[in-house]
Amino acid sequence: MGIRVLKPGLLTTIQDLGRTGYQSQGFGVSGVMDTRSFRIANLLLDNPENEAVIEFTLSGPVLEFTSETIIAITGGDFQPMVNKKPIKMYTAVYMNKGDILEFAGCKTGCRGYIAFSSYLNVPMIMGSRSTNIKCGIGGFKGRKLQERDSIIFRQKRRYLPYFLSRTLNLPDFHEIDKREITLRVVLGPQQHHFSKQGVETFLSGVYTVTSEFDRMGCRLEGPLIESRNSKTGTDIISDGIAFGSVQVPSGKPIILLADRQTTGGYAKIATVASVDIPKLAQRKPGNTVRFTDVTVEEAAKLIKDEMNELEDFRKEIHKPCAEVLDSRLVAKRLQKLFVKAGE
Amino acid sequence: MNNSSNAAQKAKISAVGDSSVLIEFENEISPEINAKITSLVRLIKEQQIKGITDMIPSFRALLVNYEPRVISYSRIRRRLSELARFEARTTESSAKIFEIPVCYAGEYAPDIDHIAKRAGLSVKEVIKIHSGRDYLIYMLGFMPGFPYLGGLDERIHTPRLETPRVQIRAGSVGIGGTQTGIYPLDSPGGWQLLGMTPVKTYDPMREQPILFEAGDYIRFVPIDKSQFNEIKAQTEEGTYKCNVHLCS
Repeated sequence: MGIRVLKPGLLTTIQDLGRTGYQSQGFGVSGVMDTRSFRIANLLLDNPENEAVIEFTLSGPVLEFTSETIIAITGGDFQPMVNKKPIKMYTAVYMNKGDILEFAGCKTGCRGYIAFSSYLNVPMIMGSRSTNIKCGIGGFKGRKLQERDSIIFRQKRRYLPYFLSRTLNLPDFHEIDKREITLRVVLGPQQHHFSKQGVETFLSGVYTVTSEFDRMGCRLEGPLIESRNSKTGTDIISDGIAFGSVQVPSGKPIILLADRQTTGGYAKIATVASVDIPKLAQRKPGNTVRFTDVTVEEAAKLIKDEMNELEDFRKEIHKPCAEVLDSRLVAKRLQKLFVKAGE
Repeated sequence: MNNSSNAAQKAKISAVGDSSVLIEFENEISPEINAKITSLVRLIKEQQIKGITDMIPSFRALLVNYEPRVISYSRIRRRLSELARFEARTTESSAKIFEIPVCYAGEYAPDIDHIAKRAGLSVKEVIKIHSGRDYLIYMLGFMPGFPYLGGLDERIHTPRLETPRVQIRAGSVGIGGTQTGIYPLDSPGGWQLLGMTPVKTYDPMREQPILFEAGDYIRFVPIDKSQFNEIKAQTEEGTYKCNVHLCS
């Protein structure tokens, strides 16, 4: 048994880090938009790094649990509730059979993640469980979740050591409440298709997230970025596109994201640093974005720092918590368990 | 294998963010330059460089995705620039020619009359021209298994439809401007359709979901409706195999 979808939400899909290795054949990668929230959700449950989760956008799903498991919810604050009672995010939460998980509404950010200790049982297709809606493969039947879908678990994994320690009070890396954020970018590979002025405009301008923001990409509105050759514009002979690359068709940037096409014919002025893509993934239309350039080495260092930070989180949730060290609290909790078992 | 002596042929390597590099050759679409990409992809695969997660070959460039936790930018850059120095090894080419049966008639060819009329040719001639040569697959992109084919005869170049169709069926063979191609899955599109293949060029349930790779060739073989139905039935059963020749 597993979960039943009572209400799907706007765009709720199963994702992992994506389907790599097939881009040469035109298969997009898909995968989660906010890799940081994804990694932390799995980390809270000692799941494998690349275990599939549920990603939802702008509105959360309503899920009924048909068996016991442990979940962790990360990403934007959608005010999660179990049986109408608020629960904490960034925390391992035990779910009983019959529990209903729902969300009171999106307070901050725009994407949420639910990880499961019992692992979602959807087939591994070409090395990934990610949903690729365009191709109709991966995830649950190759599509977004719908009412009455039932997903079973792969394992009965209902015990985690240091259960009470599995909660994180994180600094707001996503700057989720801020209206304006700065994204670090590595310039290139085709910045020479833009005039010097154009590159300066890109690095100094304030750009607004438009409503054309989906899993494929994020279109920005703001000062026009001048190309070097006004006749040919920024057309190039089509080449491969990376996660976070910034195209500038008709002078306005589009940042290409998880569901991007594998190849494209517009020059890419820059590529967003991997660690900053999650910040963008949590923006709402109307938020503003600035760009600042970093070197590849600096961007690589940021990835290393993030991995170290995640390792610290891992250590933190594997320590006995104060509550456990207090014998009266332990007694209280044990008593509760016995009462429950006796019911 | 020769070391390239021509400085103009030196590949340009640049960073694409923190997890990809782009290797670029001369800025033009030609079989010779594309062959360098195909050969470089093969070379990189042979080397089994740890940390490379994916590659996207295109007309004249190759995007290599890597895991920066496994290999640093400077190191992958050095390895790739060494490999890019080798010339395309055409003699060792293992390119294949895939025979794709196409029915150029009736409901499968809604635009063939228009293509013929525009070119001042008969429908028969259009079929003869379209199926009369092998097309190099420069790259796959846009959607799974969509081949960008080079070398369409100028006489049957046909501009795209002014209003794209909402739905084009998988297997449709069309002409879009100077290019020809096969739709691997149902999709909206503006290409002029001149035939349909019963072969699944893309099948997610197959071990190799896509039949061919960049660097291979496609040869369209005209078939009639009864052959189409026969092959279609075999395709559904999973018993049909395309004829494949090795390039000589």
